[in-house]
Amino acid sequence: MTTCSSIRHHLNDALLMGYASGHLSEAFGLVVATHVTLCDDCRARLESLEALGGAVIESEQETPVSTEALARMMARLDVPVVAAPPIARRKSSLPAPVAAYVGGDLGSVKWRPVGGGVRQAILPTGSQATARLLHIPAGQAVPDHGHRGTELTLVLRGAFRDATDRFGPGDLEIADEDLSHKPVAEAGEDCICLAATDAPLRFLGIIPRLMQPLFRI
Amino acid sequence: MAAQETDWSAVMIAVRDGRDRTAFAALFGHFAPRLKSYLMKSGATPSKAEDCVQDVMATLWHKAAQFDPERAAVSTWIYTIARNRMIDMMRRERRPDPEAMPWDQDAEPDQAEVYAAAEEGRLLSAALADLPEKQRSLIQRAFYGDLSHSEIALETGLPLGTIKSRIRLALDRLRSKMTES
Repeated sequence: MTTCSSIRHHLNDALLMGYASGHLSEAFGLVVATHVTLCDDCRARLESLEALGGAVIESEQETPVSTEALARMMARLDVPVVAAPPIARRKSSLPAPVAAYVGGDLGSVKWRPVGGGVRQAILPTGSQATARLLHIPAGQAVPDHGHRGTELTLVLRGAFRDATDRFGPGDLEIADEDLSHKPVAEAGEDCICLAATDAPLRFLGIIPRLMQPLFRI
Repeated sequence: MAAQETDWSAVMIAVRDGRDRTAFAALFGHFAPRLKSYLMKSGATPSKAEDCVQDVMATLWHKAAQFDPERAAVSTWIYTIARNRMIDMMRRERRPDPEAMPWDQDAEPDQAEVYAAAEEGRLLSAALADLPEKQRSLIQRAFYGDLSHSEIALETGLPLGTIKSRIRLALDRLRSKMTES
């Protein structure tokens, strides 16, 4: 996967720290891993935080391990481990972390319509937060919505605009409760995004709101 | 105790290239009790922490070939193994990883890079130890998962920028090599 050199909207420290410390939900972790796959700058930031994790380990007090721990450890070195089969590097139009959830290419995504020509596919993650792919036809808008928690939207292809800015490939929008926005895909190319929410979206129009439970947005 | 002066990268390389059990036992002696503390503060029971330490150190031995001293200090590598093991044990969810970079293309390690990565690790540990207790504890708690969603101020005077810049440059070099080939 090539990186996107034109990225202007990056991960914030809280998300990077959450990922580096292993405390993000699976859905948010997927967005972080995907942005890092596309953005060398955030990859370098992440790895420097992992170095800080190493320094935290070094800073720990020593809690004695049990008396037989070392013997148990040394005995284990000779027990052969079954190596996991190497993950085949597939050429995919999707970044590797997303491809692993979709089980292949963009062509294998099982899209469902959510109205206005917009389609989505929920990805199978833990229930703390929800991850989904969004397909927004060129020039179309995602219904106006606010959210109770945080919504992350990472552009994989095409671009969208909302009241705050333009978001192109690799760009990440971090929207909190105060932002009610209406992303519109730019003309010319359909926009495909990876989005994650830690609370259900609140659509402002009456009809999309009725549809919400059904589509799990 | 000359813990500060031990070159853990060199010890780890003895494990990796020479399958040196004495070197491995030294790594275990240094890191196992610290890992146990980190795991317990992150919410593991003492016996779970003990099992996790065994798994982490076994991974260190069996996947020693993956240790690349040009990329990171030993403590960094051990930290990521421990974090990943903990997520797998406690959460039973999938753990999305960024696409791996093909670092190992470069067979001959650059000694200056190896030194830089290990030295950065030492400087970072020293800087963390020098922080006022309140600040250090805030950073530690962020790693234990005790801080919820609050913005974490990383402008603490820790030399994270230096580390980031070095990794960024290494990534640039790797990318240009990848497009050449």
